[in-house]
Amino acid sequence: MTQVRLADLTKIFDDDFAAVNDLSLDIESGTLTALLGPSGCGKTTTMKMIAGLLRPTAGDIYFNDNSILDIAPEKRGAVMVFQNYLLFPYMNVGDNIGFGLKMRRVDKREIRRRVAEMLELVQLPGIEKRKPSQLSGGQQQRVALARALIVEPNVLLLDEPLSNLDAHLRDEMRELVRSIQRELQITTIFVTHDQEEAVVLADEIALMFDGVLQQYAPPAEFFEAPSTVAIARFFGGLNFIPGTLENGAIHCPCGSFQAPKSGVKAGVSTLSIRPEAIQLGGRGHNDVEGVIRSHVYVGRYARFRIDIGEFQVEAVTEPSQVQHHQDGSTVTLHFPPEKIWVLPPEEEHKDEGNESAG
Amino acid sequence: MASIQSATQLREKLPFNWGSLLRWLGIAMLLLWLIAPMIPLFIWSIAYRWFFPNILPASYNMRAWEYAFSPAAGALESLYITTYIAVVVTLLSILVGVPAGRALGLHRFRGKRIIELLILSPTIIPSLAVILGIHVVFIRLGIANSVLGVILVHLIPGLPYMTLVMAGVFANYDPQFEEQARSLGAGPIATIWYVMIPTVMPGIIVGGLFTFLISWAQYITTLIIGGGRVQTLPLKLFNFVSSTDYPVTGALGIIFIAPGVLVLLLTSRYLTGRSAVGGIGNI
Ligand SMILES: Nc1ncnc2c1ncn2[C@@H]1O[C@H](COP(=O)(O)OP(=O)(O)OP(=O)(O)O)[C@@H](O)[C@H]1O
Ligand SMILES: [Mg+2]
Repeated sequence: MTQVRLADLTKIFDDDFAAVNDLSLDIESGTLTALLGPSGCGKTTTMKMIAGLLRPTAGDIYFNDNSILDIAPEKRGAVMVFQNYLLFPYMNVGDNIGFGLKMRRVDKREIRRRVAEMLELVQLPGIEKRKPSQLSGGQQQRVALARALIVEPNVLLLDEPLSNLDAHLRDEMRELVRSIQRELQITTIFVTHDQEEAVVLADEIALMFDGVLQQYAPPAEFFEAPSTVAIARFFGGLNFIPGTLENGAIHCPCGSFQAPKSGVKAGVSTLSIRPEAIQLGGRGHNDVEGVIRSHVYVGRYARFRIDIGEFQVEAVTEPSQVQHHQDGSTVTLHFPPEKIWVLPPEEEHKDEGNESAG
Repeated sequence: MASIQSATQLREKLPFNWGSLLRWLGIAMLLLWLIAPMIPLFIWSIAYRWFFPNILPASYNMRAWEYAFSPAAGALESLYITTYIAVVVTLLSILVGVPAGRALGLHRFRGKRIIELLILSPTIIPSLAVILGIHVVFIRLGIANSVLGVILVHLIPGLPYMTLVMAGVFANYDPQFEEQARSLGAGPIATIWYVMIPTVMPGIIVGGLFTFLISWAQYITTLIIGGGRVQTLPLKLFNFVSSTDYPVTGALGIIFIAPGVLVLLLTSRYLTGRSAVGGIGNI
């Protein structure tokens, strides 16, 4: 039962490079929070500061409202699992997993019993005597996870613990992490650069770009109510049309749309709508004319690229729609009002989220 | 798991394992290289009447060995003091060389190259000049002609080897393992004991071995600083060489060489280890 609070946490490297900048997060006890962001955005740096392996340049970290900055890493009750697993190569699997208990002077037989239990839990029973070098990357990751879980930490810090698993195993391990976390009620912070993983696993997502927190919210909000265009792009948003918001309607060069849901009050803004929300065929309101430029038939769905004046949008539809719409033909699109989300105008430097989203 | 199994099966099916043949050839060569020089010494040590041009002595006896092990010769005492000095020198070198090597191998800092040069300098500057200078200092400090003085002076050639081997080992060392250990609940000392030392152990063994043998073989430094009072084996040996008693020289020679060969053989597997090679390659 540990609540974690980061207050204006900042880490500056080499005197002028802010790897983490003014990060504030309030993490509820027993929840799973994903720290999400492209490579180099400061995720590992944040985790190391929480684990006590890096001293923040400024700001503070609280566990249950007590600052832990002056507490040594081994006494924080926060265990970090590193990106590259770091199994001790000269110890066998059993000794690796039992390491934390040995440091806590737990009785040898008890350690052996609990190691066997942990190995069952991560579905690698009976491999105590193997050396880490004899394991696959995925097996090593699971051993690293077991080594952290065995000490029953108050706060579990996982730095991309599932990045090296194949798709099938990853799903299984996601379930496992989730169920263990729920069962033991460990406050868990989980680093990933995979937005899908964050969405599937997390109670809350903290999205970071370049050391700066962008949005901290439950997963659904990143799809339904992102706070900037860059965030929407990171979560697979593709359709952005600039306009002006006024009295619940956004006026774009290509037409005006009812837009009851908005992240801004009024003025210069951006209309956004997810590809799967756009409907082919008009409804008499919130419609716009477009020209189909190209389409892809994917089997489960079809994807259309449509020009609306000088703008281009993507629509994802039922696969059968390809039979009714040819490239080059004119089509009426419907933007359901409740599916439109109005964002602040797009800033100039906007690309970092976009590129690494895939 | 399947792939491990099939690899093993594959190896078993191969008619002949060339890799292991090469290894055994290498070990045989090493043994020959180390033991061959001892053969004439051994023959000398048991020879009685060995005159040119005979290939082998006319007859044999154990006089030289009996003498070598008698208290009068002082060889056993020398063996003891030589071992004592070499062990202390090795331990001190490990104690200083591991942290120093860690600082050099792990961290980048201003003036690092200069410090490396300074560490190397004992092997570059003619040692006799240095030792004579040190002798003067040691006389003032009252540690000339003492075992302590000899130990300190043996550190001059020994410590650089230890430090440089460790610097090489630490250059390939990932300090994140220590962070991982701390996070799992190990204190700073437990982290050194359970993580750092086991990881760099091959380097400590190789560096320690070098340092031990360097101290073991010191002649000039022991002669000058010990002032003849500290009679290590090399000094003893030299006395007998100049006395032209070849059988006793032969026996002492074997006593002198044997421990070195033994240590080398016992630790040879570390010499071929990757970290050891990395260490030497980085010098
Ligand atoms: N010790 C250090 N000294 C200087 N710069 C550092 C140091 N550690 C990290 N950085 C820089 O800080 C930034 C953030 O690094 P960090 O490791 O936290 O990224 P990350 O979000 O974990 O990325 P990834 O997904 O690739 O692991 C990077 O630009 C990195 O180069
Ligand atoms: Mg990282």
